[in-house]
Amino acid sequence: MLKGFWKLTWIETKVFMREPMGVLGTLGIPVVIFIVLGRTFRLDRLDASSGPEAPFNVPILAALLIAVGAVLSLVAIITIYREGGILKRLRATPLSPITILSAHVFIKLVFTALSFGLLVLAGRRFFPGALDVNLPSFAAAVLLGTLSILSLGFVIASVVPTARFAQPIGAAVLYPMIAVSGLFFPVDALAPALRIIAKTLPTTHAVTLMTGIWNGSSWAAEWVSVGALLLVFVVCLAVSTRVFRWE
Amino acid sequence: MAHVSLGMPKVVISVSGLGKRYGATIAVADVSLEVHEGEIFGLIGPNGAGKTTTMECIEGLRTPDSGTIAVLGLDPRREAAALQQRIGVQHQEAQLQKRIKVWEAIDLWSALYSRSTEGEELLARLGLEAKRNAWFMTLSGGQKQRLFIALAMIHDPEVLFLDELTTGLDPQARRTIWELITGIRDRGKTVFLTTHLMEEAERLCDRVAIIDHGRLVEVGTPADLVARHCPERTVVVTSDEIGPGRFAGLPGLRTVTGDGSVYRLRGEGEAFVTQVINFVAKEGIRITGFRSEVPTLEDVFLKLTGHGIRD
Ligand SMILES: Nc1ncnc2c1ncn2[C@@H]1O[C@H](COP(=O)(O)OP(=O)(O)O)[C@@H](O)[C@H]1O
Ligand SMILES: [Mg+2]
Repeated sequence: MLKGFWKLTWIETKVFMREPMGVLGTLGIPVVIFIVLGRTFRLDRLDASSGPEAPFNVPILAALLIAVGAVLSLVAIITIYREGGILKRLRATPLSPITILSAHVFIKLVFTALSFGLLVLAGRRFFPGALDVNLPSFAAAVLLGTLSILSLGFVIASVVPTARFAQPIGAAVLYPMIAVSGLFFPVDALAPALRIIAKTLPTTHAVTLMTGIWNGSSWAAEWVSVGALLLVFVVCLAVSTRVFRWE
Repeated sequence: MAHVSLGMPKVVISVSGLGKRYGATIAVADVSLEVHEGEIFGLIGPNGAGKTTTMECIEGLRTPDSGTIAVLGLDPRREAAALQQRIGVQHQEAQLQKRIKVWEAIDLWSALYSRSTEGEELLARLGLEAKRNAWFMTLSGGQKQRLFIALAMIHDPEVLFLDELTTGLDPQARRTIWELITGIRDRGKTVFLTTHLMEEAERLCDRVAIIDHGRLVEVGTPADLVARHCPERTVVVTSDEIGPGRFAGLPGLRTVTGDGSVYRLRGEGEAFVTQVINFVAKEGIRITGFRSEVPTLEDVFLKLTGHGIRD
């Protein structure tokens, strides 16, 4: 079933790395934002007595930006490929549609992991002690959150009319989701209607999970957000297989 | 160029009663046709005639509303996986990743099929070996189309489907592609192509089917269609010495039009041109210009549909 998966994944990776803004945007921008915010809020100080206290968890915001960047990139690729007939051309080969989409999701997850790795290196270099958490566990939380948000990206990619609208529509959907994710203020502080919406969004559960892992709680203790992320993934996958257009 | 058949030709594609609509648009209505082994078969008609729809139903990429299709004895929908291994497909207007290299595309495609030909040799045959490391976006229109042919042929398919292969290419690139396709046919492959270029159909196809508004109008060899539907010939003669009445008595002559020196003589049958030459010689008419206009598929199309192919 996954015949051609590795070949396609490898070639698509190379193609992506040739995009002038592709790699730089994916790997670089979240790290830059992390460093700038980290300096602003003096992440490196060891005693919490001087300067402004960060009003939110900067590393989690950076991780979330990585995830959203990956999703926007996936949405752009899918819509451009659809508009250019590339999906159609690939689909006329023995490649299965699942293989084509899995390859792209896999690439996005790999780049998310790489980007996260850069973030950790930057943290070690500039803000010693600021990332003093269980990193493998936190990275896993980032990847699970990304996967779940990626599935929402499929739904967005299925419904946007043209590639030109893909980035703006994707951004208009995803960035407000970060705003109400509970990262900046508690979800319970939102108006009731907004609160209900926020609780169905993968970003909210990704933030909950990452915050939990950050604060040292176990995966078992975070089962609600883990379950919610998986549920969003399954639902979005089901929806997008219904509405997805190849051409 | 002519297709040589010994006895009954083997039928590779058979379509009967094919119908397909999109909402209220009837794209294809009751199309039936047969394509023989080893021929170049052209589906010709104007934009929107239903060529792509017909072709993609045959390839198994679209589901027909009605009719039956068999390609190499297989049902394109139910036996899609088996068929994919034996046919090659070139889509109209479908691109590749902008920054994929030529050899990467070849490499990817050959990994997908259970049997594949030598990619490098294929590139050489299509004149792309110098471009093997070039990004797709840097190729010229003709090079892109040749790459698409290469991809469609990577698994050495028995039948090749080519949709509007030369649209948008300059004449030189077009001729190169024609030669390639003729070569492919000469190696025993069957080619099913669509075009809205009548010259292309005439030069390339062994048989053509004319489609208009989703319906098949005629099927036959180009020469046969012209002989059947446009038997008239026009000879244009330039002479300063004579008047139109001078051609009275010319065998087969239907009409003469013309002014002071240029006369258009229209007559019946292929022999008409010879008859004009003989007549001019016999009568000792001094002419300064002679040109014959042979009807083309374009004229056949106009005659059969009542409108030009570009209307
Ligand atoms: N996917 C589609 N959805 C709706 N209408 C379509 C679609 N594809 C083709 N059509 C319509 O069907 C008709 C035949 O189109 P097509 O088969 O592409 O013709 P051709 O290839 O001869 O230009 C046209 O009127 C076209 O607008
Ligand atoms: Mg077409």
